[in-house]
Amino acid sequence: MHYHTPASFDEAAALAASATGITRFLAGGTDVLVQLRADIVTPDTLIDIKHIAGVHDIIQMPNGGWQIGIAVTGAEMTEHPALAAAWPGVVEAMDLVGSTQIQGRATLTGNLCNGSPAADSVPAMVAADASVSVCGPKGAHKVAVLDIPTAPGRTSLAKGEMVTAINLPAREPGGGDAYLRFIPRTEMDIAVVGCGVNLRVDGGKITHARVSLGAVAPTVLLVGEAADAIIGSTLDDAALDRLAAAASAACNPIDDKRGTIEFRIHVAGVLARRTAKIAYDRAIAAGE
Amino acid sequence: MSLDDVKTSGFKYVGTSPDRPDGVDKVTGRAKFGADAYAAGMLHGAIVRSPHAHARIISIDTTKAAAAEGVKAIVTRADFHTDLSGENWNIMENVMAGDTALYDGHAVAAIAATSVLAARDAAKLVEVTYEILPHVTDVDEAMAQGAPIIRAGAADNSVPDGLHPNVVRYHESGHGDVDAGFAEADLVIEDHFRTEATHQGYIEPHACLGTLGGDGKGEMWCTTQGHWNVQKICSALLGMETSQLRVTASEIGGGFGGKTTVFIEPVALALSRIANRPVKIVMSRSEVFRASGPTSSTSMDVKIGMKKDGTITAAKGVFRLQGGAFPSAPMEFTAMCAFAPYNLSNVKQIGYDVMANRPKQAAYRAPGSPMAAFAVESVIDELCKELGLDPIDTRLKNASHEGTKASYGPTFQRIGLVETLEAAKAHPHYSAPLKPGQGRGISCGFWFNFGGETSVSLALSMDGSAQIVVGTPDIGGSRASMALMAAEELGIPYENIRCTIADTASLGYNEVSHGSRVTYASGLATIKAARDAVKKLCGRAAAKWGIDPEAVDWVDGCAVPSGPNAGDFDPMPIAEICKRMGSTGGPIVGHFEASPEGAGVSFATHIVDAEVDPETGKTSIVRYTVVQDAGKAIHPAYVEGQYQGGAAQGIGWALNEEYIYGKDGRLQNDVFLDYRIPVASDLPMIDTVIVEVPNPGHPYGVRGVGETSIVPPMAAIANAVSQAAGVRMTELPMSPPRVLKAMDDAKGG
Ligand SMILES: Cc1cc2nc3c(=O)[nH]c(=O)nc-3n(C[C@H](O)[C@H](O)[C@H](O)COP(=O)(O)OP(=O)(O)OC[C@H]3O[C@@H](n4cnc5c(N)ncnc54)[C@H](O)[C@@H]3O)c2cc1C
Repeated sequence: MHYHTPASFDEAAALAASATGITRFLAGGTDVLVQLRADIVTPDTLIDIKHIAGVHDIIQMPNGGWQIGIAVTGAEMTEHPALAAAWPGVVEAMDLVGSTQIQGRATLTGNLCNGSPAADSVPAMVAADASVSVCGPKGAHKVAVLDIPTAPGRTSLAKGEMVTAINLPAREPGGGDAYLRFIPRTEMDIAVVGCGVNLRVDGGKITHARVSLGAVAPTVLLVGEAADAIIGSTLDDAALDRLAAAASAACNPIDDKRGTIEFRIHVAGVLARRTAKIAYDRAIAAGE
Repeated sequence: MSLDDVKTSGFKYVGTSPDRPDGVDKVTGRAKFGADAYAAGMLHGAIVRSPHAHARIISIDTTKAAAAEGVKAIVTRADFHTDLSGENWNIMENVMAGDTALYDGHAVAAIAATSVLAARDAAKLVEVTYEILPHVTDVDEAMAQGAPIIRAGAADNSVPDGLHPNVVRYHESGHGDVDAGFAEADLVIEDHFRTEATHQGYIEPHACLGTLGGDGKGEMWCTTQGHWNVQKICSALLGMETSQLRVTASEIGGGFGGKTTVFIEPVALALSRIANRPVKIVMSRSEVFRASGPTSSTSMDVKIGMKKDGTITAAKGVFRLQGGAFPSAPMEFTAMCAFAPYNLSNVKQIGYDVMANRPKQAAYRAPGSPMAAFAVESVIDELCKELGLDPIDTRLKNASHEGTKASYGPTFQRIGLVETLEAAKAHPHYSAPLKPGQGRGISCGFWFNFGGETSVSLALSMDGSAQIVVGTPDIGGSRASMALMAAEELGIPYENIRCTIADTASLGYNEVSHGSRVTYASGLATIKAARDAVKKLCGRAAAKWGIDPEAVDWVDGCAVPSGPNAGDFDPMPIAEICKRMGSTGGPIVGHFEASPEGAGVSFATHIVDAEVDPETGKTSIVRYTVVQDAGKAIHPAYVEGQYQGGAAQGIGWALNEEYIYGKDGRLQNDVFLDYRIPVASDLPMIDTVIVEVPNPGHPYGVRGVGETSIVPPMAAIANAVSQAAGVRMTELPMSPPRVLKAMDDAKGG
């Protein structure tokens, strides 16, 4: 195994481009090292990206949007009051990952690029319409978070490509987001269903909405029908019923040790309701 | 011993809760656990395990592995002793497969190499050719016609004709006429119950360091609940004389019954014998799940008849336990414990020990009893509901007491079930209002407790302090309890006593730390050894004073004349006697060896409040109270710890823990991510009430407390969840998908 500590994105991407065998970027290592120790993935090349300038920074852009460095940990996000105020759902979703110890290491980028359909921060980022900045042989470009996962454990990043930052839009007035997951215990568990909702209200009425589901399909889902079900409403019971039905209908889950198909489909609807209510209350509070 | 000989009051040290002597070592990292041993030239072992649930081993080709860098030894079954029978053969077969791999994770070969990585890499190079055989992992399927036969001829002669060869042992007991009893009942309820296998989940994986040299002498360091047992089994499996192997028990990171046998210890010794170097083996968590000893899974039918006034007229239970690919499921304990809390005229219990393609089950706190309680106490709860009866009053009406002929045969001596029920009834928890969506469950539980071979030595030092040497690994704070009991007898402070767990070369044989026996049996032996030492101390004082030894009493750490006729001498403190012991007759050592047979059975009553999320089926335990008879709580804080620990593990067993096997017979959840034990935030504060009804068989009335606490939780939680969910839950675990489905089915949805 070869271990590298590149000082720049270009160097890191070049190492990845020229490497043979299995390559992994080492952010917090809470997936990479666990998989290594469990004999699941033994990388030939390990590229530690934590020594690249700026990767530990959370920056608010002039347009109000946010750029989150690829080595920023969950704990650092939670401790950032302005980010947490703007994107409480995204920050909470990342905060759900693991324990205090894991929070000191785990990153948003790692959570996304590990490619797990159950990754907690991903539905929240998709609901937020987040994108990633990518560098590599094709040059620097942006890709929607929704388009990164392609299958369990797989991403659309080509050989030699890497994420250089996560971008969240500016929080518009009257907006709010939330993320909830269902686990059988209270913590230290993997989502059986995850749901992110981001919406805007004007005079109590929902004007924009994005609803995203995790762990109910091979990749994260952006459920347009679920958003349509509540846009134009005041999130009354009828709208919530339509939302739950649309969320459940979008599911394409598997039966496994973590939950049955019918359970996941049902709980997706339950969570969509609960998450939307939190996002709505936040949006109302933000609009006041 | 009669109750008159039991000291029940006037204690100075017993009943206080000082810090445990091993506490600082444990919180500073100085304590040495199984994996903390190192030796010069040490090699590391790795085990090759079967990926198949059932497969004939056609060949094992070790050529490539042997050529790998750093490899110093490879063993297969051929490297162990051959002439084995009975349980030694079973353990051998479990430790290293013979002709057939019997479960996913079954060891088939092992490597010793110069580093952990070298050993692991080499293990991957061992080429095993398997012929895959049909498998079965479910208990009911394993008993059914046409099920794959695990091992023909494994059944003993207790098994009635006509049963599948996987049924290897049969038990039947009880008294009275159950059919007549059911005919007398106003209501008879019968239900079917199932529980999945769970794991003890001890935080420390199995680990050992073994040395076996060309001179035939061996050393073994390991994490175990009983090192004499390790000595006995390992020497048998390696074909050596028992005394040539010295075994030392490390500090132990939990066992709960799962460290009462061996898995890797004989393998380390066999590798060491070939390499002529010490070999260390540490299991991964996945190996612990796949190839140590989880509990049995069960399928049970329980039928109980009750009169309108709550009197139980008859009870019958059929308990089928799957215990892995060996005869070992503790089905007779399940059967015998099932109805033990109740004073019944008509009772019958039947047990089946069923083999399946799973690892050999091991003990887990009160082995077999919790499953029985789940089934029996659920049916009693249902009867109470149907007949509009209070669950505690109904249990009180039927409760076993002194003189009751127990469902499993003997007549109970002084027991404390009624006292636990009365304390539960009086507890504010029982009358506290419930919120909507919540349910309250009650359950009783029973465990026998045990004595067993015990040997203790107590040596006095020249300054009058004392060192106790016991042979029972400390799995729950027992060193503190031993020191408290010795302090009481010697009349010296707790801090002046050091209690050590001796290795197998330093003391007589000691049975494993199991059966809740340590504070009872080693405690009894400690008291008797201290009394032996006191007698010798009194003898020294008598000699000095020139009076009869019988005329000397021991009071508050001093020899004193027993009365005015004995003479007028100042009290002689222990330190003064010990200072001169070299010149007054030599070292003063008290000792005691016996197999105490007066272990007192123990009962508990638990109260649980559970809340069920009607939309997801997820259960939260919102309040929990354990009431249990300790006989006498030597160290109340650690007794409380045992009560809380049993309840915590029971909550896991009830709600989320389970072995999940795929259709391929492979274990799907061999890591803590998917084998869901409760995390701290899943548990409420667990309240405890220590009831003390003395056991006539112990000088201070001690009953064991370590096991009974896990008997009632599953039943009590099932009763609470069933009430909250509005539907009877008959299968464990009560995971959210299962509860949600039961609620949906009940609604007809
Ligand atoms: C005890 C424990 C509990 C956990 N609980 C949760 C949980 O509750 N919810 C949850 O979602 N996850 C959980 N996880 C999984 C893990 O912690 C998260 O997925 C975490 O966010 C991964 O981040 P990381 O920085 O550690 O990633 P790493 O392990 O460093 O990397 C993960 C993957 O991302 C790739 N990668 C990293 N950086 C880049 C980059 N810049 N460009 C391209 N690819 C990159 C790596 O190659 C690797 O494939 C848990 C893990 C553990 C050990």
